[in-house]
Amino acid sequence: MITEAGTARFDELSLDCGTTLAPVEVAYESYGELNRDRSNAILALHAFSGDAHAAGEGGWWNSMIGPGKAFDTDRYFVLCSNVLGGCRGTTGPGSINPETGCPWAMTFPSVSIADMVRLQKKLIDHLGIERLLAVAGGSMGGMQALEWAVTYPESVAAALPIATTARHSAQQIAFNEVGRQAIMADPDWCNGNYYSGKPPGRGLSVARMVGHITYMSDESMREKFGRRLRKPDQFEVESYLQYRGSKFVDRFDANSYIYITRAMDSFDLTQAGSRGSLASLFETVRTRFLVISFTSDWLYPSYQSQEIVSALRSRNCDVAYCNLESRYGHDAFLVEVDEQTDLVRGFLASTFKENAARA
Amino acid sequence: MREVYGRSDYAIIGELIEPRTRVLDLGCGEGELLAWLKENKQVDGRGVELTGARVQKAIARGVSVYQGDLESAVDDYPEQVFDYAILTQTLQETRDPLRVLRGMLRVARRGIVAFPNFGHWPVRLSHLWSGRAPKTKLFPHEWYDSPNIHFLTVFDFEALATSEKWRVERRIFLSGKREVRMLPNVRAEIAVFLVSKS
Repeated sequence: MITEAGTARFDELSLDCGTTLAPVEVAYESYGELNRDRSNAILALHAFSGDAHAAGEGGWWNSMIGPGKAFDTDRYFVLCSNVLGGCRGTTGPGSINPETGCPWAMTFPSVSIADMVRLQKKLIDHLGIERLLAVAGGSMGGMQALEWAVTYPESVAAALPIATTARHSAQQIAFNEVGRQAIMADPDWCNGNYYSGKPPGRGLSVARMVGHITYMSDESMREKFGRRLRKPDQFEVESYLQYRGSKFVDRFDANSYIYITRAMDSFDLTQAGSRGSLASLFETVRTRFLVISFTSDWLYPSYQSQEIVSALRSRNCDVAYCNLESRYGHDAFLVEVDEQTDLVRGFLASTFKENAARA
Repeated sequence: MREVYGRSDYAIIGELIEPRTRVLDLGCGEGELLAWLKENKQVDGRGVELTGARVQKAIARGVSVYQGDLESAVDDYPEQVFDYAILTQTLQETRDPLRVLRGMLRVARRGIVAFPNFGHWPVRLSHLWSGRAPKTKLFPHEWYDSPNIHFLTVFDFEALATSEKWRVERRIFLSGKREVRMLPNVRAEIAVFLVSKS
């Protein structure tokens, strides 16, 4: 598989909050080859804690992207970039503010899902891709896929929003707020100015532990841990969560956690109705959709996907929808590979064929 | 009689549908008919199917299928966005057939309905001789495990069309793979109706 990694730099990016970020960098990776008429590009959109490394060893969607896989890199050119506000190569609160020479920390402007997408669009333009064959992602990646289809309908032939929502519910915001409060309650957080010292590792790891609980299901936790003990005074599940929490601290910035979860919470595809209803948003959309939800996902329940699908159908958009049986909760979108592979492969192939016929 | 995926009612439907039209298939199963229509008639097709495993196969085939129940599925679409709404071998399984039929003619200019004819003579004989719920090649189930919850004959559908003021544009009756013209209510296994609002 041909793999490339790079960082693109842009002079400026205007943000929803009204400020302009200048300059801005975006880290990306690509897999496979762009064909001659540039019609086989797919943008993979990572979830909250992901990064540009989508495929290959340790890639967050390695089970789905690669030669012969769902996003077949023998046929398609798959691109993935780290989101704005992130901490894995793209400009975020841990980056240096050129005006002060110090990390932005909490003076970093607030970012939105739409801002992330605007930066991705700049990257696509920079790479000379006029129209994407598809945008695809789960969870927060799915929000970006929806935003892409609504903001740049001419630039996206197909969208695959998976295990996602058009807006966070109170429950989803609540869990994110617990995470943020855990970070801010850590004395090492120092109002975000910890870059020269010790990061708020305890707070960040507690935040991650809460996150992991919401990604699983009662059934998958019973199956994976039950009441098994690791030590006489420690349950297996306690040890697992602590391990995942401490591993997360090594690769994630606490301030990015705060900024990105806020972007997710404030995301509303209709922008609180100022863009119109969900259905009216899809009025001009000619993008094909494949929407997938999972039966045991209680963090992004199926009804949220069905709401999107129902709005799409009310405007007679081309939408395929499947509520896949799974017991893995929200994690299913990363775990249920075989069933998603068939869906994604068939959907992409027919989109590619229709696109070629149109051209 | 030409066949599509081994089902002659599909072949009939394939002939009823004009090329390059918009088609909604209710209870589309694994999307065989839609895929065939897309390939051979260049239709813009959509499907609705309740069973997850079938939806997966249909999407994997490249057909845009929505997982949901058809009673409520027809409600979401705007009026008259399809040229045809198809209901093959599903009418007798729906909880509220009239709602589905009316919904079809709300979202589509024409409806194509194919159903097994409960007036077929072996059904009548089976019931008459055994005194039990009829079991035939066409209706092979026991009364307790049948997916069919409404039983109708060719005459029943004609009567409904009259009372609902639908125009029956075409009626095609099949016995096996052969077309039946005489005494369809007795001889037809499958009835296919092309209806529109008059």
